[in-house]
Amino acid sequence: MSLLEIENLSLTIGATPILKGVELTVSPREVVGLVGESGSGKSMTALTIMQLLPHLARAEGRVAFDGIDILGATEDQMCALRGDDIGMVFQEPMTALNPVKTIGEQVAEGIRWHTKAGRAEAEDRARKILDRVGLPEAKFPLSRYPHQLSGGQRQRVVIAIACALKPKLLIADEPTTALDVVLQAQILDLLRDLVRENRMGLLLISHDLAVVTEMADRLTILRHGEVTEAGDTARTLSEQQHPYTRELALASMHVPARPKPHLAGSAKPLLEVEGIGRDYPGRRKSLFRPAQPIRAVDDVSLTIEPAQSVALVGRSGCGKSTLARMILALDKPTAGTIRYRGEAISGKAEAELKPARRDMQVVFQDPYGSFDPRQKVEKLVAEPLHLLEKQPAAAERREMVAHALHEVGLGPRDMDKYPHEFSGGQRQRLSIARAIITRPKLVVADEPVSALDVSIRAQILDLFAELNQKLGIAYLFITHDLTVARAMADEVLVMHEGKIVERGKTPDVLDHPRSEAARALVAAAPDLHRAIARKMQEQG
Amino acid sequence: MTAFLVKRLIIAALTLVLASMVVFAVMEVLPGDAARLMLGLNASADQVEVLRNQMGLNAPLVLRYLHWAGGLLSLDFGRSYTYSVPVIDLVRERVVVSLPLALIALALSTVIAIPVGVFSASRQGRTGDTLAMGAAQLGVAVPNFWFALMLIYLFAVWLRLVPAGGFPGWGAGIWTALKSLILPAVALALPQAAILGRVARSALIEVLNEDYIRTARAKGLPYRAVLWRHALRNAMIPVLTILGLQFAFLLAGTIIIENVFYLPGLGRLIFQAITQRDLIVVESIVMLLVAAVILINLLVDFSYAIVDPRLRARQ
Repeated sequence: MSLLEIENLSLTIGATPILKGVELTVSPREVVGLVGESGSGKSMTALTIMQLLPHLARAEGRVAFDGIDILGATEDQMCALRGDDIGMVFQEPMTALNPVKTIGEQVAEGIRWHTKAGRAEAEDRARKILDRVGLPEAKFPLSRYPHQLSGGQRQRVVIAIACALKPKLLIADEPTTALDVVLQAQILDLLRDLVRENRMGLLLISHDLAVVTEMADRLTILRHGEVTEAGDTARTLSEQQHPYTRELALASMHVPARPKPHLAGSAKPLLEVEGIGRDYPGRRKSLFRPAQPIRAVDDVSLTIEPAQSVALVGRSGCGKSTLARMILALDKPTAGTIRYRGEAISGKAEAELKPARRDMQVVFQDPYGSFDPRQKVEKLVAEPLHLLEKQPAAAERREMVAHALHEVGLGPRDMDKYPHEFSGGQRQRLSIARAIITRPKLVVADEPVSALDVSIRAQILDLFAELNQKLGIAYLFITHDLTVARAMADEVLVMHEGKIVERGKTPDVLDHPRSEAARALVAAAPDLHRAIARKMQEQG
Repeated sequence: MTAFLVKRLIIAALTLVLASMVVFAVMEVLPGDAARLMLGLNASADQVEVLRNQMGLNAPLVLRYLHWAGGLLSLDFGRSYTYSVPVIDLVRERVVVSLPLALIALALSTVIAIPVGVFSASRQGRTGDTLAMGAAQLGVAVPNFWFALMLIYLFAVWLRLVPAGGFPGWGAGIWTALKSLILPAVALALPQAAILGRVARSALIEVLNEDYIRTARAKGLPYRAVLWRHALRNAMIPVLTILGLQFAFLLAGTIIIENVFYLPGLGRLIFQAITQRDLIVVESIVMLLVAAVILINLLVDFSYAIVDPRLRARQ
């Protein structure tokens, strides 16, 4: 008998249909992957099982957990289930823990609530489960606060909370999306082990087909609130009977065609970075000893040729964003020089930087956070135009904005809209339009597709490739996602603890990594081909 | 943690010094000569000049400031021009009325505001919330002296539960004395509670949308437990901030309320001193009130560190 049975589940929030006739089962010891793009209803399915839906949500159909009718259960019954028989892990570890309570309190709280154990006993059990999830007492006493832990460590605490009472079912909603690939692999390993040890069922929700393929016995694919395909992982992905399954698989492996851009014979490098470093003041340990500075970037050199695409890869916290900020002259290096088209930009006054700023633009990760919601697209996209020597007149400005929008696949009518009227992918197009409006020679893109769905991601990568070819723009991609590097970069630099530890042509580095850091990244990166092949072997 | 506290302490001390300079400077430029005031309108210019010399009013500005500020430090506030007694004696008599009044009002406003905020936030958009916030809106809008008059009418004139005004002194017994402070404290606290309740509500609503609230719910805690154990403490920072800021208004409110209830407190004293141009008394009491506001805000800063561990770590 199945542990969780969802039959013909429909969900509406207000008048908006969210789920339509969803069917899903999870058996004990089984890992079921729920895959879909944002807005497909994955998380709402999970919240229905937990009965933590927003107000005004109405669910119909049947959800049965271990013989209990969830949709008909009282709040008291649900409180008894949540955290005891059903555990849940969420996407964003940075915000999933209460900042004013210690990790010990937060893990022990659920244990005390459900088992009526005393404080000492509950803390004892909390200690054991924290040890189990890889947070040993020596480094992570119960008295630690969340802000003293990294993202990966916080996710381990969240997993400890969810698994403390050995639930029958664990729901993990994008548990690794916010983590770098190495941490992702570690967390997935931990989840796999816990499922085996505790004989749990695991419902793994993800937009990442490769991750789910590696983990799941069975797959359910959701689109617009409806199940398009469900079945054994190996068979579903090898046969790809439903066109949407094929679409997803293709999009997640998408490599844009990149014909070499023709260059007007300039051999001079565009950007030369020589031995730059960046120290941050460290915490003072004693009143009498000077604080040890933290070296975020250490003696880094690199060059980017015109129209060349370079990927800077590394784990979170390795210093890649600090490096990018210095290249963009948003932060001052403490050592070394940065030359843009032969001219040093470090130490220059803001007015002298104008030509360089015009030539160097940036695209950020979060297409939601990088626009002022109260301004219209025309103004937002035209923003970098203040860097021009001669300010364009209003009509000319509109013309330029329209042209930039056209280049990223948006229409001139979009000029008078506000950011919230656009989807995530369209907003990233807006970011790119804003970046190219001054005709830059170099665009720095900091995790430009990490927040996007696979199909949108493929389109944005195509757009980057097209602009590279058409306009001869050089790129510096900053990413922890090796598939972006593989898809887009001519050359890859691997950064680790502030240093560049490996560099070379993209296929050389990614297929034959030499440094330990590069090997770890490559080994941890989920790969759909590899995952399907392995599943085929396992499931016959 | 210690570094945080020491830093706050230094900032508070500097603020106090700066405030004393401002108060002194303002009193200097205000019209009205202390010596002439004491001698009356018929005194000759020579007599005034002699007294000015005696009082040290002809010394250089900086010296007079230092003398005055030094006196404040040793609780020597000078002599009142009109009462001809040391200001400290006047203050001592009055502070035993005003301090309990302010503290009761402060406690009362917190005790009313937080449950109202929690009640409203947990029923966001429903009838209970609308009614509570409507009442709070009224509380913000209606002046406290009007509240005071209504309270007197209801509880003193009609129900005859408490006296309508005056203060029997603590010698008359704690309960008797407290009884005459209840109405003024309520009148002072209600507008404060209204503002604080609204702040508590919006802070809570924001916190209730945080991810960690969902994590706590996923643990199996019922909504009420999540609200009180997880949400409230996180919502305390903005509440404490407003509490500190509002304290100055609460003190200003005592001037009016003490007059309405005929209480012999600092508020009435400063009011009388202003009308009688007894500048030295005004100066001293203003400094006392400034010090009280700075002290409360220092306590608020300390309580931030207690509420939020991240502030303890940051320096």
